[in-house]
Amino acid sequence: MDYMIRFTQVHETFRLAEIEALAVLEGIHLEVLSYSPSSPFCFVKLPSEDAARRLVKRSILAKAIYEVWGSGSNYLDLHDNVRGLSQHVWPLYKTCSFKFSVDSFQGSRSTTEQRKLIEEFRFLGFDGPIKMKGAEQDFCISEEFQFDAAALGVHQPQAVHLGRYLGGSEREIIGKYDLKKRKYICTTSMDAELALITANITLAAPGKLFYDPFVGSGSFPVACAHFGALAFGSDIDGRSIRGKGKGKPDLVANFIQYGLTNQFGDSFVADLTNTPLRAAKLFDGIVCDPPYGVREGLKVLGCRDPTKGKEPIFRDGKAHHTEESFIPPKKPYSFLAMLDDILDFATLSLVDGGRLSFWMPTSNDLDQEIQIPIHPCLQITSVCTQEFNRWSRRLITYRRIPDSEVVAGVAREQRTKETGVNADDLNPFRKGYFQGFKAAFSSGKLSTSLAALRPDYEVFD
Amino acid sequence: MKVLTLNFLTCAVKACKSSTASFPLHPKDCELVSDTIEANPALIYNILPRVDWAALMTTASELGFPTLPAQAPTKEELEADEKMMGELHTLLLETQISEGMLRCGNCGHEYRVKEGIANFLLPNHLV
Ligand SMILES: C[S@@+](CC[C@H](N)C(=O)[O-])C[C@H]1O[C@@H](n2cnc3c(N)ncnc32)[C@H](O)[C@@H]1O
Ligand SMILES: [Zn+2]
Repeated sequence: MDYMIRFTQVHETFRLAEIEALAVLEGIHLEVLSYSPSSPFCFVKLPSEDAARRLVKRSILAKAIYEVWGSGSNYLDLHDNVRGLSQHVWPLYKTCSFKFSVDSFQGSRSTTEQRKLIEEFRFLGFDGPIKMKGAEQDFCISEEFQFDAAALGVHQPQAVHLGRYLGGSEREIIGKYDLKKRKYICTTSMDAELALITANITLAAPGKLFYDPFVGSGSFPVACAHFGALAFGSDIDGRSIRGKGKGKPDLVANFIQYGLTNQFGDSFVADLTNTPLRAAKLFDGIVCDPPYGVREGLKVLGCRDPTKGKEPIFRDGKAHHTEESFIPPKKPYSFLAMLDDILDFATLSLVDGGRLSFWMPTSNDLDQEIQIPIHPCLQITSVCTQEFNRWSRRLITYRRIPDSEVVAGVAREQRTKETGVNADDLNPFRKGYFQGFKAAFSSGKLSTSLAALRPDYEVFD
Repeated sequence: MKVLTLNFLTCAVKACKSSTASFPLHPKDCELVSDTIEANPALIYNILPRVDWAALMTTASELGFPTLPAQAPTKEELEADEKMMGELHTLLLETQISEGMLRCGNCGHEYRVKEGIANFLLPNHLV
């Protein structure tokens, strides 16, 4: 029999990427029979009922999975189809306790209507007791109404399915990790749902080592730790790791809050472009949301003026840089060069088959679009998009292919490392954000949504 | 900072990367603390192939831990040797440097560890 995944109707472009990743993680052969971004019902072939349960158990975007007993474009068809597809299994459920429910997508049904739809399945011949809670078997009638059905006065769904419930997902943990209830967050903390999805797509799991080179308040390490990985993170801004001072929450406070201290690897202060990590296959996954360069968030070590600071500075016979209060100078950097640096770093640091996921923004105007960076050692496994009015952000995921499979000769076009000192010149997204999107930016509506999503970085030096 | 992490880190100065003297970094005036972390054999098996054993031996002796065997134990050896497994767990995951300095054996630069967090930012003349 086939299986039906009941997705939520949010973050549509992330749904298959997440499920396909979970299939890889569980070692399950998954074949998608039908999927549409506009429907929450996805039909798949799987080797077994057990595989179906394992596939969705840690999904964030699936709600549940069902064994398909039938489908149709109306109830007559459905009843016929159920007789044809599932009659042979009816005897198995003849005496067990059971429950029926109705799931109407883009439509609604009164209790009376629901009862009527359910009673029409009396032909299944179940004699067991009906239990609203804790029934041995749950059956679900799933209805798909067309978009805006109510407004158009449409009362019949365009497709109906009957399924036997097999198992649920982990969707409810989004509430546990809600940023509103989190001890330590920063202005760019990643939303709990998207962080958990990212961790799934990157295959975070027990026994694995994960790393976020732009850790901020640690949203990704927390999500990866939730799924059992040992999570590491670093940031060029020590304050983001330490918090605001003694007694105030810091990055570790989040791991304590969620009971994840066993999964906390380490955090340290470092610039990705001058990383102290040795070049070796250390990590199973690298997950990050790099700074986009809007309002000076993107910095690397070094002086703006290339002629300055080539010699250590001495004060009262003491090298200034050895003092505890010393703050190393930083300069703006190109976002595109940083993306290349991330790919190069991931190539060196991921184990074979390990995954890199990062978020990057782009303009929705084609001529201002930022291309997805490529690397011969990294195969793109998924691109998911979260759309806003004038811009979108994408979650791009790569798999580190073993060196033996890397196609020789496809040398990557080396981006000229821009040396400009003006943050606008270095960062096309920043430029678009302030110039290209100006009309939208001043319309009020967008500026609030932008501020909510990617608020200002604190300027630090 | 965990001893495991120390085994993953070298000097941040680009010119030092090619020198064997830059790894491992040498703890100086370090205070150690120990956290209790749940045993996780699967994690240790996964970590071992990524650990530079010679560097770990150096670090263990510099931190005053008993001498490690000259060769990294195999998974089978560890499965049969609970004591060894426990010691590795303690050394790699539970032992932390809370305060002190980490010195590069090549360029001599010292990185500060404060409240368990190491700082690898470089002054301009080393970038
Ligand atoms: C978008 S925020 C990441 C937020 C994080 N995902 C969270 O949930 O809190 C980007 C982070 O990158 C850091 N950053 C900027 N330039 C960096 C660099 N060159 N190396 C490492 N981190 C850097 C910033 O300090 C900032 O914390
Ligand atoms: Zn050095």
